[in-house]
Amino acid sequence: MALRVCIKKKLNYFDLDINFSCFPEELLAMIGPSGSGKTSIIRMIAGLETPDEGRISYRDEVWFDSSQKIYVAPQKRRLGYVFQDYTLFPHLTLRENAAFATRDLKRADDLLEMFGISHLRDRKPNRVSGGERQRCAICQALARNPRALLLDEPFSALDFMNRRKLREDVKLLRDEMTFPIIYVTHDIQEAFSLADEILPVVEGKIDKGWLQRSISSTPSTGAPAKAAHATWLTLAL
Amino acid sequence: MDLIPLYVSLKLSIATTAILTVLAAPLAYGLAFLKFPGKSFIEALINLPMALPPTVMGFYLLVIMGPKGVVGRLWESMTGGSLLFTFLGIAAASAVCSLPFALQPMKAAFQKIDRRLLENAYVLGLSRTEAFFRVIIPNSLSGIAAAAILVFLHSMGAFGIILMVGGSVPGETKVAAIAIYEAVESMNYREAGLMSLCLVPVSYIFLLIVNKLNREES
Repeated sequence: MALRVCIKKKLNYFDLDINFSCFPEELLAMIGPSGSGKTSIIRMIAGLETPDEGRISYRDEVWFDSSQKIYVAPQKRRLGYVFQDYTLFPHLTLRENAAFATRDLKRADDLLEMFGISHLRDRKPNRVSGGERQRCAICQALARNPRALLLDEPFSALDFMNRRKLREDVKLLRDEMTFPIIYVTHDIQEAFSLADEILPVVEGKIDKGWLQRSISSTPSTGAPAKAAHATWLTLAL
Repeated sequence: MDLIPLYVSLKLSIATTAILTVLAAPLAYGLAFLKFPGKSFIEALINLPMALPPTVMGFYLLVIMGPKGVVGRLWESMTGGSLLFTFLGIAAASAVCSLPFALQPMKAAFQKIDRRLLENAYVLGLSRTEAFFRVIIPNSLSGIAAAAILVFLHSMGAFGIILMVGGSVPGETKVAAIAIYEAVESMNYREAGLMSLCLVPVSYIFLLIVNKLNREES
């Protein structure tokens, strides 16, 4: 039933080697420092890059399998993919963008309404704000009823307030949609507020300790720990 | 003033522009996006007319389109007539020679398109052909317009190649450039001057439009 990913790929600075699943109605937050291979993983799921070896499958469909030489083109995977920066088509209005890959105009209009941008639907992308553009990109991805949704740091270019608002939108989305959602972020707060499951990725591998190291305020080992301890002792005496 | 050579020139320019706008777009796409062996050889070959004297190009086209040439023989077996000294013949020759002028601006415009737009189109289910018509073409309109104008002007000014392939058949292949040359040869400076004067503003205005398109693009 799930979207299963088990892939290896040699990247410029490290080898990507990762294995995970994302279930329907689940939001998986993929988190890690910049340049840890998160976008590469998403691109391989979407079919825009191919892994060196491994397997990607969804339900009973295999999208990639190196041993059986299976590769399904991105066109046939029917995924929703919202890119890090704006990829709306500049020559089309927001409404035309939202309806780009569907014949169901009503669905596109409903989505624009749901995301609060239907009053801007006749504007071109360069005449609306960054947040409104990314909302429209989500509408575009959802309008064709995708089988899974990939969100690659969709709000990283936005200011704090816009990010908070859009995060609420994604929460609503998560509760309504029945497909798996993979959400890439490097913002720990964002991951905690949205995710059903958190997947920390560091240098192309799952690193369960990374999250702990990043959020713990007290250093656990080494000289700083000793110093902290010593100060406490002095105070106690 | 004899207006017929001007009319033939105009007809030739429109025909060449129409042929090349349609033909060059897929070629430019291939050169901009596809990887295949021998690509740089093919590109250099297509651009050769830009670097060769028009008489050299005209000579080879004359041979190829002549009764013993590959194209000439094929044409004759299909239609029974000759391609040389006809309007169709000079239109074909003019298209070959203007191809680089159509290709360069189109290729540049296609290459400027953000690859992520195309990737987004593929993820949204569009085939490469659909993406070409729905994403690439609408976002390269000014490049395509620039290509069309350059081709139009270049065919307006074609001389050597037309003379080689088409000769100077009045109303058929005698274009303005040839008529001006013949007028000068027969010392008819008034006729040559008037006809030349007709061409200057046309070319100038079109070049201003190209400049405007380029500015808009950047």
